[in-house]
Amino acid sequence: MEKAIDVKELHIKYKELKKMTVKQSLLHFKLNRTEEFEALKGVSFSVKKGSILGIIGKNGSGKSTLLRAISGIFSPDSGSVNLHGNTVSLMSIGAGFQNKLTGFENIILSGLLMGFTEEQIRDKAAEIIEFSELEGFIYKPVRTYSSGMYSKLAFSITALLRTDIMLIDEVLSVGDIRFREKSGAKMREIIADENRTVVIVSHSLGTLAELCTEILWLNDGEVKGLGEPGQIIPRYEEYMKRL
Amino acid sequence: MNKFFSNVKKHYKYCVYQAKAELKAEIANSYLSWIWWILDPLFYMLIYTFVVVIVFKNNSPGFPVFVFIGLTAWDLFSRTVQKSVKTVKDNIGIINKLYIPKYIFLISKSFVFLFKFMISCALILILMLIFKVPYSLYMLNFPLIVITLCSVAFGTGTILLHFGVFIEDLSNVTAIMLRLLFYFSGIFYDIALRLPKPYSTCLLVFNPIASVIHQFRKAFFYRTAPNYILLGLWFTAGVCLTAIGVALIHKYEDSYAKIA
Repeated sequence: MEKAIDVKELHIKYKELKKMTVKQSLLHFKLNRTEEFEALKGVSFSVKKGSILGIIGKNGSGKSTLLRAISGIFSPDSGSVNLHGNTVSLMSIGAGFQNKLTGFENIILSGLLMGFTEEQIRDKAAEIIEFSELEGFIYKPVRTYSSGMYSKLAFSITALLRTDIMLIDEVLSVGDIRFREKSGAKMREIIADENRTVVIVSHSLGTLAELCTEILWLNDGEVKGLGEPGQIIPRYEEYMKRL
Repeated sequence: MNKFFSNVKKHYKYCVYQAKAELKAEIANSYLSWIWWILDPLFYMLIYTFVVVIVFKNNSPGFPVFVFIGLTAWDLFSRTVQKSVKTVKDNIGIINKLYIPKYIFLISKSFVFLFKFMISCALILILMLIFKVPYSLYMLNFPLIVITLCSVAFGTGTILLHFGVFIEDLSNVTAIMLRLLFYFSGIFYDIALRLPKPYSTCLLVFNPIASVIHQFRKAFFYRTAPNYILLGLWFTAGVCLTAIGVALIHKYEDSYAKIA
């Protein structure tokens, strides 16, 4: 099987985290490196094309950091991430819309940023608008949207403008009960696609057990387990109970 | 630097669409809409004209045109610089979602400011008619002046974009520096006439904004040839600043998301 993601000995540090004032920066010329925190301490794994990897772990174990590293937002301090030329997008809460602009403009801008051409996005736009159920609001500024509408639009964009690799951070479904079902079904459809590689971070173990082909258990920035859901999830549950 | 050009090419569409959408939003969100793009510089011109002509009793012919040229150039520079410091903070939502070279935001903002600058320049032409400042062939130097101004503004902007991430109160400092620079750039007085000799030459050579504004006025107001050497030097300096700023951003931009 072809590999889609290769992560080797990945280290990510949050360093230079302290912001400074002008006064401080004049006093110490160097950037302040005192507060260093290692979020990932040598993580290695690979994901086959078309498979679904679930990532579990307690809060602060480095799950979201790992997703951001895979998507290219963070560069590794050491180690490497190889996506074998696949396109990648990250779905997470808080969509990065621009409040002044309309929903439609945000669709185009998000798409352009994800690497699609304007024609491709315009072709898909009708479908996105229909799926998000925002027909009446799509030409209004996003700041007038309710939080539900906001997340529906965000979901619809990533669900319909699909990349080869999709990284999902806790957003398996959004909105009210009805939209939750609809978006959950859409998500399953995307995940089931054989050409699509999916990495999911979630705390809902039931869903992960059902969807994933493999589970990666992160603990304090290290891999604690990697294998089939049936093996890893019970161990994780037991570990969490003992805490 | 090659990386810079390929990135710009890749994200060019995004920049243009973003700039257009922003201008449209400005129209949609205020009552007087695009009229503000005209009223804004016009009122500032009136204020400075009032101060200089009425308060300081210095009535030289065509003075409003003189002030307006200075303000137009100044606005492009100061807007770019002010925005650049907060670029990462303003776009943190996008930065946390995907990788994008951070100067792309600054480029799209520059398009917005450049558009307003062009409107302002059209107004200069109209004001010249009203105040009987004759047109001349020297006005063809306009592109050279714009390119020089843009390179200085963008170069300064990229460097401030980088440091703005790490230094929290940098925007306060830039605001003060800009105010200082405003008074030393001869927006509403002629540096060459008002200041004694060594100081005036110093400002006109070593202050890029004063220098560009002076060349702008030479071409449009005094009907003489601008100093091409000076323009060329400041253009080169601007390109160097941009190269430094872009190199800094390339080197450190991955850690921006961790800090901001």
